[in-house]
Amino acid sequence: MPTDAAPSGASRTITQDDVARMANLARLSLDDKERELFAGQFQDILGYMDVLGKVDTQGVEPLYSPALHKEQGRQDEPARLRSRDEVLANAPQQDDGSFVVPRIV
Amino acid sequence: MEQPSTLHLATLADIARDLREGRTGATEATAACLDRIKTTESAIDAMLLVDEEGALERARELDRQGPDPAMPLWGVPIAIKDAISTKGLRTTAGSRMLENYVPFFDATAVRLLREAGAVILGKTNLDEFAMGSSTENSAYKPTRNPWNTDLVPGGSSGGSAASVTAGQCFAALGSDTGGSIRQPASLCGCVGIKPTYGRVSRFGLIAYGSSLDQIGPMARTVRDCALMLEVIAGRDPKDGTSAPDPAGKYAERCGTGTLKGVRLGLPKEFMSGGLSGEVEAACSHAADIAAKEGAQLVTVSLPHTEAAIATYYIIAMAEASSNLARFDGVRYGHRSASVDTLEDLYLRSRSEGFGQEVKRRIMLGTYVLSSGYYDAYFRKAAQVRRLIRDEYLRALDACDAIWAPVSPVTAWRLGTHVADPLSMYLMDAFTLSLNLAGLPGLSQPVGKGAQSGMPVGMQLIGRPFDEETILAIGDALERTLPRIGAPSL
Repeated sequence: MPTDAAPSGASRTITQDDVARMANLARLSLDDKERELFAGQFQDILGYMDVLGKVDTQGVEPLYSPALHKEQGRQDEPARLRSRDEVLANAPQQDDGSFVVPRIV
Repeated sequence: MEQPSTLHLATLADIARDLREGRTGATEATAACLDRIKTTESAIDAMLLVDEEGALERARELDRQGPDPAMPLWGVPIAIKDAISTKGLRTTAGSRMLENYVPFFDATAVRLLREAGAVILGKTNLDEFAMGSSTENSAYKPTRNPWNTDLVPGGSSGGSAASVTAGQCFAALGSDTGGSIRQPASLCGCVGIKPTYGRVSRFGLIAYGSSLDQIGPMARTVRDCALMLEVIAGRDPKDGTSAPDPAGKYAERCGTGTLKGVRLGLPKEFMSGGLSGEVEAACSHAADIAAKEGAQLVTVSLPHTEAAIATYYIIAMAEASSNLARFDGVRYGHRSASVDTLEDLYLRSRSEGFGQEVKRRIMLGTYVLSSGYYDAYFRKAAQVRRLIRDEYLRALDACDAIWAPVSPVTAWRLGTHVADPLSMYLMDAFTLSLNLAGLPGLSQPVGKGAQSGMPVGMQLIGRPFDEETILAIGDALERTLPRIGAPSL
């Protein structure tokens, strides 16, 4: 159920643990100094976002794309637009036509 | 003694005509720009890559074939922001993540420029992944303002703005997600247009905020931007959000129109609070001149201006966190050495490859999209976005174009906002609502700040897909307002 609740950035403190959680979700690793720096900055930035709480958006449909024109799809027809060699050309590590990653299992 | 060539200072319209009519060769024009890059680059650091050999080779090839009337930019040297893919030319997006990335395809806008006969000189510097307002977030080097090299050129297309202003190229491509074409154009004193969302294909633009991003031209005159836009606009099957209508004849109305009877809407929220004294004075002076020339100044209201910054940053960061998830160290981009697990590979490659501002936006974007916060931040911002778009469309009913300052201040000293990211975000107050609303905006110089002596720009904001009108008005303004000249470099 969507709510029109106001952002609560200022009312809660952004801790270093919060930052660590965000970093983990985003697959980033941070050192202690970065966690401390970002916690302070995020507190300021998210606190600033509270300005949105003052805007009455009751019943307003969200706008996710500003395009007024109708976005056009295309026929879903398979086509060979690029070669395997081209696609692999920028791979940091490859072997026999495949991307190589560390052992998974 | 031989006089130094001033060929590089010509407008794109003039050089294109001289090239077409055989008075200048493509090689001569290209060599003039390459010379100019050599003499100015150590002062401004606008370029991340100069393709001297490739550019000269292409220019010689064009000269062998001779001018082609079907190629409107035949032989014209142009620079490309390094967030835009160029086949065979390293494209870094200003990031260590893409330090060795060489695209195997051209962005559609680049392909169209090449097909129009343009010579690609090289790639211009930017804030990493176009995230920034000063070009200081480039992983490689900061670019400097050609008018005063202690000052920033603005951003994120600061390299393109500085390069165009310094006469290194006749035009450049930039990209604008929240002001990244218009604000550096304003701070450097050149012209730039952010087209309507959907007007120019985004295919090959390294994505930052996909519902906000647009590629657009930067040049030294309004007409030059119009000529560039004629080439790059249009439907592209490779970008589902590109609009079906064909490109307009954007330059057709340049050179003849006047300001008589043109209704310019001045948003009262922009002209009050936050403007520095010298920017306010320069804008008021320009408005007085326009009024004397017959323009009708009307006051319009955009009540959600204050909420736009928060709205924009929530949406832009959310989209960035999603778009930048593709950098995983597997298919392209930086890969950390000596990792044991796949999880480690992601974590370390991304942490090593991204700079601080990019990490900040990815994490905040992740946060506003995460369970428990999505409705309060992301959905709320999308609702306010609709209110902002609706009020812009309403304001445009009362005038032919909205006319507003681009940046609250002139160019600032390098380092000023680096430690305080929020203070840098606040600099974008006047530009980012257009990206939220998807509207076109044309930034052009209107004078200089009385204290700083640095360029002041204003933007004309138009109706969706009506770039013709703002370009025609901008051209009339350009012929009416005193010119700011070129920096001595």
